[in-house]
Amino acid sequence: MTADGPWAIKAEGITKRYRLGVFDSNLRETISNSARGLARAAMGRKAPQGADEFWALRGVSFEIPPGQIVGIIGHNGAGKSTLLKILARITEPSEGTLQFLGKVGSLLEVGTGFHPELSGRDNVFLNGAVLGMSHRQVARQFDQIVEFAGVAQFIDTPVKRYSSGMYMRLAFAVAAHLESDILLVDEVLAVGDTEFQKKCLQRIAEMAHDGRTVVFVSHNLTAIQSLCERAILMEKGEVRADGPTRDVLQSYLNRDRTGPSSQCRWSGQDAPTNGALTLHAVRVEPADGDPLAPLDVTRPFRITVEYDRARAGVGMVAIRLIDATGILLFDIANPAASFEAGRHRESCVVPGDLLNAGEYRVTVTISDENDDHTELQDVIAFDLADSDRDRRGWYGKWEGVLRPSLAWTLDSLP
Amino acid sequence: MRPSEQLTIIQPSRGWRALQLGEIFRHRDLMKFLIWRDMKVRYQQTVLGGLWAIIQPLGTTAAFTLVFGKLAKIPSDGIPYPLFSFTGLVIWSFFSQALNGAVGSLVGSTQLVEKVYFPRLVLPLASVLRGLPDLGIAFACLLLAMLFYGVGLEWRALWVIPLTFLALIAATGVGCALGAINVRFRDVRQTMPLLIQLWLFLTPVAYPISLAPERFRVWLGLNPMTGVVEGYRWALLGSAPPSMTIIAASVISSVIFLIAGLAIFRRMESTFADII
Repeated sequence: MTADGPWAIKAEGITKRYRLGVFDSNLRETISNSARGLARAAMGRKAPQGADEFWALRGVSFEIPPGQIVGIIGHNGAGKSTLLKILARITEPSEGTLQFLGKVGSLLEVGTGFHPELSGRDNVFLNGAVLGMSHRQVARQFDQIVEFAGVAQFIDTPVKRYSSGMYMRLAFAVAAHLESDILLVDEVLAVGDTEFQKKCLQRIAEMAHDGRTVVFVSHNLTAIQSLCERAILMEKGEVRADGPTRDVLQSYLNRDRTGPSSQCRWSGQDAPTNGALTLHAVRVEPADGDPLAPLDVTRPFRITVEYDRARAGVGMVAIRLIDATGILLFDIANPAASFEAGRHRESCVVPGDLLNAGEYRVTVTISDENDDHTELQDVIAFDLADSDRDRRGWYGKWEGVLRPSLAWTLDSLP
Repeated sequence: MRPSEQLTIIQPSRGWRALQLGEIFRHRDLMKFLIWRDMKVRYQQTVLGGLWAIIQPLGTTAAFTLVFGKLAKIPSDGIPYPLFSFTGLVIWSFFSQALNGAVGSLVGSTQLVEKVYFPRLVLPLASVLRGLPDLGIAFACLLLAMLFYGVGLEWRALWVIPLTFLALIAATGVGCALGAINVRFRDVRQTMPLLIQLWLFLTPVAYPISLAPERFRVWLGLNPMTGVVEGYRWALLGSAPPSMTIIAASVISSVIFLIAGLAIFRRMESTFADII
């Protein structure tokens, strides 16, 4: 996705190669390797290439308009961290151009440069300088930083005497007051207790809604989903998908699964049949709105079965829904009725605000009036994405098989 | 927040690169804090604190006086030997600490190099500058020693300022080069004690340069510290003025060390985060 308008970050063909193998571990090897290289150059031959190279990034391009909040997702080793390191100017690209418009601040870690012997106060100023803040900027925000961290009492105590929680809070507090137009954030949030993570994410959301451009790298898909309007999916060092967060997350989740997909279609000889009923298709799709939109816990979805009846009569189509841990959530059949012969489509709607997020599998059983049935196990599978409904700034894994929306009442008692 | 119209372009660098002094200037607060942190931390939980800045040169002076002054009876240009060697050791201690600090500065700040952007030159520069307060303390001690031996201060003592600067740029140049190489090959760190020891004996600290045969002196002058130490003694103690050829050789070699050191550093800088 490229924006035609103004941009805050523009990456063109960013490539990062690491050399493997020829990474000389001692001086003697380097000298002999350099000598060999020189000899080769002198004889006009080119050095062998390719075999020992590892491409961490390959031709990554994107534009991010000012004020956009972009999440970068991908498996371990997909190049997320390398990309962030290049964006943060910690390491250089091997090829390509990167442009920023505005002051860049990066949070790849909290507490970088903290020294255990120094007091909390000293470390706030030191860490501020490390993050690129001027002394005056830190001084101006000092009281807010200390208040945010909640360590006012101990601000003149060496941080080596802090509990790890206090240490993390102070470290994050400094980072949280970084003033920049562009903010690059790594998974600094993966630390601390739930309460602290919640506070961090809330603060990042606040910073993001300040009109800053934010690039956020995380494994926490729920956080990405609720913080970012756009996501970039990295795979093997390349941009695999780039667009609205929901779409990208969906393609990430779909790509993730090696088993069956969310629809299955048969034709001719392959179609499963019990003689009376022949299945043609089974699929899951949103019950309302865009049929291609990803499913999430708040939206109703429809399970559809298409089949041929060889003759008129009674027949049954039963659906079992099983979650990733193997729990059978329900086993429901269509209402008994008489049918004409020919092609039919039968579907049922599972209401939104009922199931929890996760991966689900569907088993379909068809049978005729003689109870002669055919069972198709795990014929399709799909993911229900999480949503930020009722989350109040917390992005951990929601417990439970169900996640219903319940009607609550509140009465004030005398 | 309104984006300030500050454009940054990042491209792969090839070969030799410009110094980017402006970028270093923009990070002066960081450099200041790094120096301040190291000074504050260094003497924390020590009993003697800042006294350590003079214990090192004083102890070496005592050893030199005993071995070279009393046993080997090395001449000292008519100056009491303890004062003679202490003067040299004050500026030598600054140089050797600055050099050692600069060489270890990058590897010693791995966390910073891997997680934050700043011009990496800030690290060795901070390490070199960090030695100046210690030099000040040792210098005060030297003035007391001169008072004790009845050596008065003259206007030429002001020459110690440019001479100190000469030691500073030599330490910066060599420290940057070796510090950069040390990121890749930790062998450098292992070599440092030996290198500094050899360098000390190649510098007229324990002996006067007049001890060396005339024709070798210019070559000894190529060691920047030769000019600095001889100059210090002349400026403070009134020993024989160092010849212009020695001073010229020391100045030229310092500048060459500085330029070469910075060039090597800048050239290797882009790979620091990848291989540190």
